[in-house]
Amino acid sequence: MYAQMVKSEASTDDPEKLAAFQARIDAGEKIEPKDWMPAGYRKTLIRQIGQHAHSEIVGQLPEGNWITRAPTLERKAILLAKVQDEAGHGLYLYCAAETLGVSRDELTEMLLDGRMKYSSIFNYPTLNWADMGAVGWLVDGAAILNQVPLQRTSFGPYSRAMIRVCKEESFHARQGFDAIRKMANGTPAQKKMAQDALNRLWFPALMMFGPSDADSVHSTQSMAWKIKMNTNDELRQKFVDQTVPQIEFLGLDLPDAGITWNEERGHYDYSDPDWDEFFDVIQGNGPCNTDRLAARNKAWQDGQWVRDGLLAHARKKAARKVAAE
Amino acid sequence: MAATLTQDEALFQFLLRMGDNTLILGHRVSEWCGHAPVLEEDIALANTALDLIGQTQMWLGLAGEVQGAGKSADDLAFLRDVWDFRNVLLVEVPNADFGRTLMRQFLFDAWHSIQLGHLMKSSDPRIAAIAAKTSKEVAYHLERSADTVVGLGDGTEESHGFIQAALDYLWPYVGEMFTSDAVDAAMVDAGIAPDPASLRSDYDALVLRVLEDATLTVPDSRFAHKGGRTGAMHTEHLGHLLTQMQWLQRAYPGASW
Repeated sequence: MYAQMVKSEASTDDPEKLAAFQARIDAGEKIEPKDWMPAGYRKTLIRQIGQHAHSEIVGQLPEGNWITRAPTLERKAILLAKVQDEAGHGLYLYCAAETLGVSRDELTEMLLDGRMKYSSIFNYPTLNWADMGAVGWLVDGAAILNQVPLQRTSFGPYSRAMIRVCKEESFHARQGFDAIRKMANGTPAQKKMAQDALNRLWFPALMMFGPSDADSVHSTQSMAWKIKMNTNDELRQKFVDQTVPQIEFLGLDLPDAGITWNEERGHYDYSDPDWDEFFDVIQGNGPCNTDRLAARNKAWQDGQWVRDGLLAHARKKAARKVAAE
Repeated sequence: MAATLTQDEALFQFLLRMGDNTLILGHRVSEWCGHAPVLEEDIALANTALDLIGQTQMWLGLAGEVQGAGKSADDLAFLRDVWDFRNVLLVEVPNADFGRTLMRQFLFDAWHSIQLGHLMKSSDPRIAAIAAKTSKEVAYHLERSADTVVGLGDGTEESHGFIQAALDYLWPYVGEMFTSDAVDAAMVDAGIAPDPASLRSDYDALVLRVLEDATLTVPDSRFAHKGGRTGAMHTEHLGHLLTQMQWLQRAYPGASW
């Protein structure tokens, strides 16, 4: 889910080829990297998988923010393991994108100069320890709702990456819930942290699903190609329906006065997030956009000599090996 | 302290030295999260930190048992002040750049792997068991840090410069790992741990071989900064590290996390 508002490309390919391609997708076949595919399918997937990968990478930062302040050795170990998993997800996803003919370095450069996006959620700050529980519970929880169906997506490498990612993400969501439950059942100060984290992250978590379908111009083609499996509103409703009882179980106050059970629909009603805020964040004006991108750019620039050095050594080593043979 | 040191007090000090080394180095390495030069290094650094924190739980857990004051590994990690820490100064110096971080890791890993090799034969079965488990992780840490030091030393002129500067900065912190005192004498007498000074020749053989492969120049000095493993004089850096690491436990005493 870490892909939002992915612009779907129209295709100008040969109509016969397009029809045959669509027939394969409709029959539930997987498209593999060497198969023919419409240029628009390739371009849209690079954008979507790339955005997802970047989200995993930038997503290390808000959680990394608390690793050095984790309150126990066990919590520190759990958080480290989780952030390490996210970096691993980034790696699988970049590999999946590479099968479409774009390199990881190219994608990285597009992230760093702002040509490619990452999920809006990572532009929000993590301000107290309960955020580490809330991020796992709400953010990973929201991501899973989008990623579980993507295990069935039409592009083989993406689908296989999602299968691995989902196993780890559901573990993270459970760990997150455990961490916030500890806070919600803790001292008054801890409960206050849990409530604060929920209140701050609720609407940003709802925004992760993207704007309402009525305003979403990219869905139809992506859904036909099975690279988007559900509408944004379907998934958002599912998220609200599964999360509200969890909030009640935790004994926390609901973060939105508009949440009420709607007997007729069989779903919870809820208030819409502030979409103006969402578009501000997408356009670079979220609370942390500048700092997140600056941190990634600094890591990349500071690491240049390391990458160059290790590459030069690998070349020398290979040359020495050839010379010795 | 030396004249009145009981066996349990000496053992407690020894275990703090082991656990504080892994705690403080694990903390330092974890500061890299999300900021490494390349994704594979982010993963490797997090993995190393994770191993070290896991090892800390074992060493400080046993230290708490030996101390017999009902303290957990977390109590020892989060509720002691600078003067009670027993890690060597090497592990508390700041990360600076990636070169210094990896050189510090290598200089520590080399000592750590040799030390654990001896501890696997400890007369104390609890220590032998921790050493057996952790030595496998540390063998991998050493392989990786040595390879990276060689890669950066024998890479470009620029990477060579960075890693040589790291070695020059860190070399005066190496000697402390091989200083011996009354705690060590008590450990040697009981067959629990080797005399630190006795590890130096194996260490030099290992480290000098790698540094030579890395085309680095070893500083011509045996001067050693001391004071970490006795707690007599840490660097100024440790206090800042603790203010961050211990903040939640200090600000909200008695809470369960």
